[in-house]
Amino acid sequence: MKRFDYVRANDVGEAVAALAASPAARIIAGGTNLVDLMKYDVETPERVIDINRLPLNTIEATESGGLKIGALVSNADLAYDSRIAERYPLLSSALLAGASPQLRNLATTGGNLLQRTRCYYFYDTGTPCNKREPGSGCPAIEGVNRIHAILGTSDQCIATHPSDMCVAMAALDAKVHVIGPGGERTIAFEDFHRLPGDMPEKDTNLQPGDLITAVELPAEDFTAHHSYLKLRDRQSYAFALVSVAAALKIEDGRITQARLALGGVAHKPWRDTEAEAMLKNSTPGVASFSAAAAKVLETARGYGENSFKIDLARRAIVRTLKQAADGTPQSQTDKRIR
Amino acid sequence: MADTATLIGRPSIGQPTRRVDGPLKVSGGARYAGEYFADDLLHGYVVSGSIAKGRILSIDTSAAMAIPGVVEVFTHENRPRTAWFDSKYQDQVAPPGSPFRPLYGDGILYSGQPIALVVAESFEAARDAAALVKATYAPEEHITDLDAVKGQSYVPPKKRSGIAPPPEPRGDAEAAFAKAPVKVHETYRVAVEHHNPMEPFATTVVRDAGGKLTIYDKTQGSQNAQAYVTGVFGLNQSDVTVVNAFVGGAFGIGLRPQHQLFLAVMAAQALERSVRVVLTRDQMFTLSYRPETIQTLSLGSAPGGKLDAIMHHAVAGTSHFEDYQEVVVNWAGLLYGCDNVKLSYELAKIDTYTPSDMRAPGATLGVFALESAMDELAYAAGVDPLQLRLTNYADFDQNEDKKFTSKALISCYEQGAERFGWSKRSAEPRSMRDGHELVGWGMATGVWEAKINKTAARASLTETGHLEVSSATSDIGTGTYTVMALTGADAFGLPIEHVTARLGDSSLPTAPVEGGSWAAASTSSAVVDACDKLKQALFKQAQSMPDSPFGNVDFDGVAFRDGRMMLAADEGSSVKLGEIVRSARQHRMEAEGSAAPDSATQKEYVSYTHSAIFVEVKVDEELGVVRVTRIVNAVAAGKILNPKAARSQILGGVVMAMGAALEEETFADHNLGRFMNHNFAEYHVPVNADVQDIDVIFVEEPDDKTSPIGAKGIGEIGIVGTTAAIANAVYHATGKRIRDLPITIDKILA
Repeated sequence: MKRFDYVRANDVGEAVAALAASPAARIIAGGTNLVDLMKYDVETPERVIDINRLPLNTIEATESGGLKIGALVSNADLAYDSRIAERYPLLSSALLAGASPQLRNLATTGGNLLQRTRCYYFYDTGTPCNKREPGSGCPAIEGVNRIHAILGTSDQCIATHPSDMCVAMAALDAKVHVIGPGGERTIAFEDFHRLPGDMPEKDTNLQPGDLITAVELPAEDFTAHHSYLKLRDRQSYAFALVSVAAALKIEDGRITQARLALGGVAHKPWRDTEAEAMLKNSTPGVASFSAAAAKVLETARGYGENSFKIDLARRAIVRTLKQAADGTPQSQTDKRIR
Repeated sequence: MADTATLIGRPSIGQPTRRVDGPLKVSGGARYAGEYFADDLLHGYVVSGSIAKGRILSIDTSAAMAIPGVVEVFTHENRPRTAWFDSKYQDQVAPPGSPFRPLYGDGILYSGQPIALVVAESFEAARDAAALVKATYAPEEHITDLDAVKGQSYVPPKKRSGIAPPPEPRGDAEAAFAKAPVKVHETYRVAVEHHNPMEPFATTVVRDAGGKLTIYDKTQGSQNAQAYVTGVFGLNQSDVTVVNAFVGGAFGIGLRPQHQLFLAVMAAQALERSVRVVLTRDQMFTLSYRPETIQTLSLGSAPGGKLDAIMHHAVAGTSHFEDYQEVVVNWAGLLYGCDNVKLSYELAKIDTYTPSDMRAPGATLGVFALESAMDELAYAAGVDPLQLRLTNYADFDQNEDKKFTSKALISCYEQGAERFGWSKRSAEPRSMRDGHELVGWGMATGVWEAKINKTAARASLTETGHLEVSSATSDIGTGTYTVMALTGADAFGLPIEHVTARLGDSSLPTAPVEGGSWAAASTSSAVVDACDKLKQALFKQAQSMPDSPFGNVDFDGVAFRDGRMMLAADEGSSVKLGEIVRSARQHRMEAEGSAAPDSATQKEYVSYTHSAIFVEVKVDEELGVVRVTRIVNAVAAGKILNPKAARSQILGGVVMAMGAALEEETFADHNLGRFMNHNFAEYHVPVNADVQDIDVIFVEEPDDKTSPIGAKGIGEIGIVGTTAAIANAVYHATGKRIRDLPITIDKILA
């Protein structure tokens, strides 16, 4: 771990100014990922800006009937907030599928958006990695890639984004509020994370000096038909091999609205609006679910060890859509898959 | 009527007893190797290499040395001289070969090899500087893939001490197999596993003004570490004390000295300071591991399943510098009666560190293959898997042509099957369901060697009547402290609070490394012997006391209870033990005792623990998800000294088996020659959510030959066979036979 300076920001303005003054600085909130990465010499910031005193830890109603979640709201507080649990149970469920209670107590909403891949090579400075050290190469492509991406990969990087929370937020059409040197703006969730392309070192479309202040959920009601299913190598405390967030509106036996996003399969939460469009106006059932799954995986590509994920994702999409349609969302405590 | 209060206060062997070290452990009072301090303590941080094979061309330590607080950076270029001969580096359990010497030269033998030690005034400075040590390499072509070298396998020319090579073939297994009406011939594999005890490896060397060393080391044998240090560094035994009072798990990785011990002592000697070196979790994956082993099993039987041919061949990976060996194939010739048996075990060299003993070494692998193949034979022959085991039950050991000291395996089968409800099983695969999940019931047999090793112990009674029992053995979380205290309390009829157990210190009476499930039986037998001798000494002294009530009786005529010696025939005539000590004008009286295997018994008998494991899994076949919902493990292990801790040992073994069966796997990148998932996020061991009902049964098994105290040992039997029972249950649920552990989602879907 490299030595670093530490500054504490007392308000948003101070944080933005501190960030502008040292663009190589890193923001620290819960630190559940950043501190590990610093210990591994993967992140080597010269300055760390602590934003834990900023007033960004509330959940507020928006004028349009949605909720605005402060960037510092912890994953635990968010999951158990009564408004989230009642109106956005998909988000609660995804949060509770992730990490452990201890980590959720510390991890924040903004930090969760910015957590970095769990690629083995990214964490190991004894190996090349284009994301950690651009141009050094990607051993994962022909190496150990059981946990790697099958969608949206590039010849530079096949890493995945590890978040559960973000998969639900993508499905719920959230917006990310940021403040930067040019003032405040919002970024559609779809546009927040990026694919690796030839710049795998960049996980998001944040600009230098940007600070996440909130995530906004629109006022939409998927409470009757939703599910978050996470498949992994043990029953808890493991990152997703494949996870699926599904949210449906069903009227008179027909799907009137559909949302479908996947985790563990790409460099970003993988929402597929074309598959959603196919589901819309269809009759819920294996036929339409399978067609949607096929659509999602149309461009999927395996790299050997992770090739099973294509079939697994297909099965998981079908099952999650069924759970959502049946109104039997996956429990995150009873480990039996519904 | 018995006085309950007295019974609780005065425990006896066989009574469930809480851990005497429990309060210290849960309150943080128990200190581990990396938690000792000294006034001028320096901190060492290991720099690990990144290539698998080749040479270090240059190593630049200038940037590291420039970090404030850095005292020295040791590399192969400036390390102090140590012993020349290999034999000095060979510890008690070393396999044949040339042990790895840290910082010895510019050669790189495996990825993650220590290439430097940064020593600084603070841990943070050392860690900071370690990242700045830059090595350049001349890499050479490496091979870490066992499959690439399995064709060049060889019979190890030198046998590892204590490891029985495969027995000579009996009968004609090939011919018998060729004509057998029912056959199984398959290949089985288990992924590389790393031990990963919770406590990382650490050594704190405290150097006193006169240069004497007290070394707090994470090890399973303080005297093994002491002998290594004195040999390598040319020190006198009287100048080196090794302490391992508490060990946060080990599973075999602590049997041999690890490189942080060498590096910490080297730095302490060179700098004449106290030094602590703690490895990171990632560096724990640069140590030994359970070797990848490719096994081929051939079973041939008569139509009803009676075995007529067994062939078991294994090829295991080892390093280029040592021939690590374990007992993988012998179990196939031991467990079942069969007249035509051929067993073979070979090694192949890869560019990794030397593998090592990991909980039930060899058996965990070999019995998985054997018991999977037996399950396959049961289906091939159309007989119940449990019935197949009974049909082939072995009443004596055909490998060595000896009798068993005891073998209550039939009771394990019967009681385990009864508790599990095995008779309600429907034989056909895929025939049992719970909703949309497939249900599978599988079973297997477990076996592990039972033996004692030569161990000494001391019993010491103070003038206040407090008993201390001690031995240089270790407690790696297994309950040795408790079983020693319990044995002492039982011998003297004392409340356990009046007994102190001491262990984990090389200056105590001689004991071997704690491993092989021998510690409890060996140490407690030695404690019994020491207590007997001390009681006799006390009796003699008591007879010489004025007005002694014991003048006219011999030793058999007295009893010991509640801190007193009394006439067996007249309990009212008694003397306090403390008074006897005081009458000798001593503060304490003590005696040493020992226990050792009896060679006359060994000529005629072999001794093993056995188990029968029954497993229920539920499988969501569409998604490939397996849940282990129920396990019954019925164990025959002689006398159970402390059923409470013994149950915990079996639970731990079962959970570890669940990991091996379903989760544990260290992934090697063979292009880089490096293990990649070197952290607890990506190397998966079971978590609470994975573990449901586990039921442990200890069946009655009187045994008067394995150890004087009647115990066999239970540290390893819990894991053996349990992996096979899980795999067999998965087959029964799904009809898919997975011969390659762990059974992960992708394998169920394939």
